[in-house]
Amino acid sequence: MGKKIMTVDDSSSVRQMVGLTLKGAGYDVVEAVDGQDALTKLKASPVDMVVTDLNMPNMDGITLIKELRALPNFKFIPIVMLTTESQAGRKQEGKAAGATGWIVKPFKPPQLLEVIKKVLG
Amino acid sequence: MSVEIDTSAFTEEAYELLSELEASLLELEESPGDQELIGRVFRAMHTIKGSGAMFGFDEVAEFTHEVETVFDMARNKTISVTKPLIDLTLAARDQIRAMLDAAAGGEPANKDNAQRIIQGLRALLPGANASAGAAAPATNKKPPAQASDHEPHVYRIRIKPSPELFANGTNPLLLLGELRELGEDCQIIAQYDKLPPLENLDPERCYTTWEVFLTTKQSENAIRDIFIFVEDQCELNIRLLDREEVLGTDVQKLGNILVQRGDIPEEALEKVLKPIGDRLVESGVVSPSQVKAALAEQNAIKAKRDKKVQAESATSVRVPSEKLDNLVDLVGELVTVQARLNQTASTRQDHDLQLIAEEVERLTGELRDNTMSIRMLAIGTTFNKFKRLVRDLSTELGKKIELTTEGAETELDKTVIDQLNDPLVHIIRNSIDHGIETPEVRISKGKNPEGLIHLSAIHSGANVLIRVEDDGKGLDPDALVRKAIEKGQIPPDAQLTDKEAFQLIFGAGFSMAEKITNVSGRGVGMDVVRKSIDALRGSIDIVSELGKGTIITLKLPLTLAIIEGLLVRVGDELFVLPLAAVEECVELSRQDVVNAHGRHVINVRDEIVPYIRIRDRFDIGGEPPDIEQIVISDVEGKRTGFVVDSVIGQHQTVIKSLGKNFEHSEEFSGATILGDGTVALILDLSKMVRYVEAEEEDLTEPVAA
Repeated sequence: MGKKIMTVDDSSSVRQMVGLTLKGAGYDVVEAVDGQDALTKLKASPVDMVVTDLNMPNMDGITLIKELRALPNFKFIPIVMLTTESQAGRKQEGKAAGATGWIVKPFKPPQLLEVIKKVLG
Repeated sequence: MSVEIDTSAFTEEAYELLSELEASLLELEESPGDQELIGRVFRAMHTIKGSGAMFGFDEVAEFTHEVETVFDMARNKTISVTKPLIDLTLAARDQIRAMLDAAAGGEPANKDNAQRIIQGLRALLPGANASAGAAAPATNKKPPAQASDHEPHVYRIRIKPSPELFANGTNPLLLLGELRELGEDCQIIAQYDKLPPLENLDPERCYTTWEVFLTTKQSENAIRDIFIFVEDQCELNIRLLDREEVLGTDVQKLGNILVQRGDIPEEALEKVLKPIGDRLVESGVVSPSQVKAALAEQNAIKAKRDKKVQAESATSVRVPSEKLDNLVDLVGELVTVQARLNQTASTRQDHDLQLIAEEVERLTGELRDNTMSIRMLAIGTTFNKFKRLVRDLSTELGKKIELTTEGAETELDKTVIDQLNDPLVHIIRNSIDHGIETPEVRISKGKNPEGLIHLSAIHSGANVLIRVEDDGKGLDPDALVRKAIEKGQIPPDAQLTDKEAFQLIFGAGFSMAEKITNVSGRGVGMDVVRKSIDALRGSIDIVSELGKGTIITLKLPLTLAIIEGLLVRVGDELFVLPLAAVEECVELSRQDVVNAHGRHVINVRDEIVPYIRIRDRFDIGGEPPDIEQIVISDVEGKRTGFVVDSVIGQHQTVIKSLGKNFEHSEEFSGATILGDGTVALILDLSKMVRYVEAEEEDLTEPVAA
């Protein structure tokens, strides 16, 4: 069975693209529309990895990462953030919150898979 | 990888976002200080930009980036929301809409208009004139990787992660794995000096540091890129080692000079000269692992230097193959003795002896792998022989056939290769004769008049898969079944799956050829193939589609001398089952036997698996335990269980042949000597299944008739 990855993004097109790419590479994918949604779903059923956007309504990515790292099930899983801000500040904020790595948008499917392989194995 | 992505998902979403944007902007005009609204506008722009670029709408993404930049400032309160800003943003919204319409086949968007909006927005930024050019779209700037030299370098890489590394979900092993993939040679030494005593150890913290010696053609930047996510959590120290170290010239050592001058005898020198590492450790200056790392550095450089020397002198030695066979036999003996040593050490509970046994085990393992690798030959030479065969046969039969090969560099044990030639000849002959149609038939079926046979070899775990693939007419399972019934090889009411039907071609005397040709049709061949592959402890799998072609896959073990086995016990007897065929072990309780009403089957996760009782099969006396074990194995594509008293565990099995007296006991493929000197027989699972099947048919036939 493939590893399960959750993708969190308020944009359905990004979710679709990330989802298709991951499924194409043999991963199982669950989707969430914002941080709040992700947190609820993840508490119910854990995953092997989370890919999350940063700018989202209700709960943003940074808060989501912080909340997840506080839960025992998600303390050590890889969490990758999608950023467009290539400024160091945003990445630092994410890292400080507990993100494993980042992918700078826009990205192409192979780049996404490369990062997934890097952190998930 | 290619994932076709429908862009309509993006455009639809973008239209939605644009109307939301319009509404938010109009609201914002009413209450310009509302951070919530500013945030909403920013997110809408942000999403359009991000997904636009991903779906290939670069123009939209670039333009939107400009607007986003301004709103980012408004969000951070660097600038305030004013009427001109809202006017411009609304105009920008219309412009994006026009761009999307243009992409969907509408009128092209007005580029001057876009330019005007961008200039207007930039004018709103603080210090507008000075930074007009600075707001260029952010791109993933990565310094171009340095052109890698032709010659590989040795790098020393020190990785000292912060103790909190795990808290970010980072798995350092993956990073080390990436490093390993980067180079030709990679030695990784973990240093655990910082590891606290167990009672103080916090398993959530990383105490280990690593020292890596990597020989690679890649640049230092490529190495740094691996650690991009952990830059700030790792002390990373990369140093290029060769140049001075490798090219440096040796200077005579003091000791050697003294000996040469006759001032001291050589023995005296050796007495004084202990490896410097030992002396340093003794004096407590360095820890053993630091010395180990330094030694590895020395070795990495030496290896590189040796390689240079080697490249200049001859690179291979020719020896008669019997010498290699003898070597393999000796290694086999050594593995056996080593197993005995292990057993003795563990029964005596002698700690020192156990340490030695472990060391010997490691060395024996390496020696075995090295010796086996010496006997490995590339299969390419065998492949080349077939080019001629295909050419000659196809001309004889008036067919046009092209042979392509793949994986000629795949290595196999020499003895396996030697015995593989005949079976492959038979299979390829069959493909040419029965498989590939004549050019006329092929044209009438809309195929390329030239037929194709593809021969490939790949490694798969401890096995090699050799595949013969043709694009001929394929096997007809119904015709095979009819023929087998006609010949009385299977009962007339037999229900066979396609896979089982394909296996019929391996029956003795089975032939599908309408007329006997020089090439095939006498019904000898495929049963011989089956026998040879069995002898090599391999298996054959057939996939065929009528009209499309046939794929015959031979699965062969890499080597014949030593296999991984599963050691089991029945009564006082020990047996070894080849581990490659074992799928799982399940329990068989008395209740299971009762439930099956005397039939030898068990239900494993809703699948009915037949089993063979080894105890009954070999008339082993004594009472079976209440709960027996079933070792479920994959025998020629069918799951079959073998019932034993208990499973002892994995055992490295050196195969000894049984000798002439026992050559008719075909249910055993050999024997092996265990650590305590006892002998265990190695079971030939597929032969056992075939015997049992044959006997059952004999039993049931009179009843059915």
